[in-house]
Amino acid sequence: MSDVVARFEVEFSRCLDRDGNAVGPLPAFAANPENLIALYRGLTRTRVFDAKAIALQRTGRLGTYASSIGQEAVSVGTASAMRSEDVFVPSFREHGGQLLRGVTPLELFLYWGGDERGSLFAGPKEDFPISVPVASHAPHAAGVALAFKLRHEPRVAVCIFGDGATSKGDVAEALNMAGVWRLPVVFVVSNNQWAISLPRAQQTAAETLAQKAIAYGFRGEQVDGNDVIAVRAVVGAAIERARQGGGPTLIEALTYRLGDHTTADDASRYREDAAVTPYWQEEPLLRLRRYLSETGQWSKTDEERLQREMTAEIAAAADAYLKTPPQPPEAIFAYTYAALPAELARQRDGLLAVSRVAAPEAS
Amino acid sequence: MTEVNLVQAVNLALARAMEEDDHVLVLGEDVGIDGGVFRATDGLLRRFGAERVLDTPLAEGAIAGLSVGLGAQGFRPVAEIQFTGFIYPIIDQLASHAARLRNRTRGRLTCPMVVRSPCGGGIRAVEHHSESPEAMFAHIPGLRVVIPSSPRRAYGLLLAAIRDPDPVVFLEPTRLYRAARGDVVDDGAADILGRCFVLREGGDVTLIAWGAMVVEALAAATALEAEGVGAEVIDVATLKPLDTETIVASIGKTGRCVIAHEAPLTGGFGGEIAGRIAEQALFSLLAPIERIAGYDTVIPLPRLEQLYFPDASRIADAARRAMAYR
Ligand SMILES: Cc1ncc(C[n+]2csc(CCOP(=O)(O)OP(=O)(O)O)c2C)c(N)n1
Ligand SMILES: [Mg+2]
Repeated sequence: MSDVVARFEVEFSRCLDRDGNAVGPLPAFAANPENLIALYRGLTRTRVFDAKAIALQRTGRLGTYASSIGQEAVSVGTASAMRSEDVFVPSFREHGGQLLRGVTPLELFLYWGGDERGSLFAGPKEDFPISVPVASHAPHAAGVALAFKLRHEPRVAVCIFGDGATSKGDVAEALNMAGVWRLPVVFVVSNNQWAISLPRAQQTAAETLAQKAIAYGFRGEQVDGNDVIAVRAVVGAAIERARQGGGPTLIEALTYRLGDHTTADDASRYREDAAVTPYWQEEPLLRLRRYLSETGQWSKTDEERLQREMTAEIAAAADAYLKTPPQPPEAIFAYTYAALPAELARQRDGLLAVSRVAAPEAS
Repeated sequence: MTEVNLVQAVNLALARAMEEDDHVLVLGEDVGIDGGVFRATDGLLRRFGAERVLDTPLAEGAIAGLSVGLGAQGFRPVAEIQFTGFIYPIIDQLASHAARLRNRTRGRLTCPMVVRSPCGGGIRAVEHHSESPEAMFAHIPGLRVVIPSSPRRAYGLLLAAIRDPDPVVFLEPTRLYRAARGDVVDDGAADILGRCFVLREGGDVTLIAWGAMVVEALAAATALEAEGVGAEVIDVATLKPLDTETIVASIGKTGRCVIAHEAPLTGGFGGEIAGRIAEQALFSLLAPIERIAGYDTVIPLPRLEQLYFPDASRIADAARRAMAYR
């Protein structure tokens, strides 16, 4: 005898089709034009920041940089659904979410320009720094959520990682614990279809990444990651469920990496440019702009004004970044411990003695 | 004989090893169609096919664990970990399994695997891309730990590592990938593992280094020569098992020594070498042993990284201190 003991379904949600037409009634927040324009501003600001970062890198004034072009809606939509007291635990491509949560463009430029001061956020004080070791931050989000739960605080941890990250044990382990303890955490997979040169189909044989949650006993679903309205709605519902004690959710946001993996990568080695072309019709800014224009909420003048405003803001931040004097050598030792041990103070003094000797030659 | 850079020498050795033994497999993230993020595996997929050059899902622990299984089955996996910043999860597989499979099965199963990984800093990379964890591996019984300092050594030592019957961690200094150029004869001749190389002879002070620091030590030796100080430069090359004889013989001659490494001072492999010298050459020493190392801090982001890494001038200064010691 044999019986089916488990079955599962994975839902996919979308609000706007690729041409920007509503495919059904929109979520309540979309009735207020200000909300949609705020999302559009968040997307545009991210894209302008991204273009500037690449330009600075190409001219030798920024370090290696991971562009988020094409994926802005996942990051911005997710962050827009969070409250300021929630905690964001991002991977390295989430500039959009970071900016929306109050990390400044100057801080981001400093960080990607190789200056530690970029990690000392003036804004979201409890947010985590980006995680470069892929997937390793997923358990941190579970830990933050456990802290909220232990203190009975109505707060939620929100973690974003890529499709590649879902292959690592860290993600499996974090999802498992989040499920066991029904933690107030939302995991968002920014599935941009690539992990450097590895396409999604070679990353896992699973049909969806969302279904991995089901194996750990909680809800997993897909959303159109180029539809910022849908991302905000689906992530928002998951966050509120978590806040009410309903446990974790895994959301797979389907998007596409339009650019190279980073400025150090040359995607033409492993993917045809022609394969990318159709995705330029799917991208999130175009989609929301089409909807806003069609519904009379956005004009060419509005667009020009916004572009001017964002370009000016980001240019000013880049200027401030380029004018920021380097940290003194002792910054290397700062923050290693709460108080510098004597041995480390000795090493610091050794460095200062050497750099004092070296400084006159350099000038 | 062709002039190549260090990453091309790695590529030549991989191709040669795959050519001569079908049991050699290359696996890792982006090693196939992309040819590796530094191009170390460039062209191998085209030449040897997808059954021998495997693009893996993103999972360092499993890349190492899978290699243990392949190795036990008689393959010779050469796994790439994209940067040593992401190598920490595999310490479990290496320490608990790869390095002791022979011992645990009393020789019934073995693990002839190589883990290659770009190591060290100085290329203005983003966070977690500049680590030098060699001492952590050297601490694990049953592993060999090898770091080349030139294209020729990369070629010869990598071939030796792949042919070795036991697991080898092979760390490639990123800073030298393109900067170090030299002639390599692609004749399949391996270097011997477990031997230090005396790159330059001198009678006054011994400079001991590995990887990118060898280049700095050679530059320091040139500076010292101009001051009339004869520096002997030793490229350790294989940290484990360590060729203590070559080091002790040199100290016997010079009586002074500077050990340089990029990794943090505390627990760095320089301490092990200093310990051997104290045990076996204490009475040859005319001056205290000098260690020039990275500081015991997180490696700074690019803007300050040059201040962190030891360089020729710090090494030469240490040698001058040793010379001046009375
Ligand atoms: C643990 C780890 N292994 C390897 C790398 C090198 N690396 C950086 S990003 C990346 C691919 C990540 O793919 P995905 O999770 O889909 O994120 P995406 O880059 O697409 O945003 C790799 C292999 C890393 N940063 N961390
Ligand atoms: Mg991806």
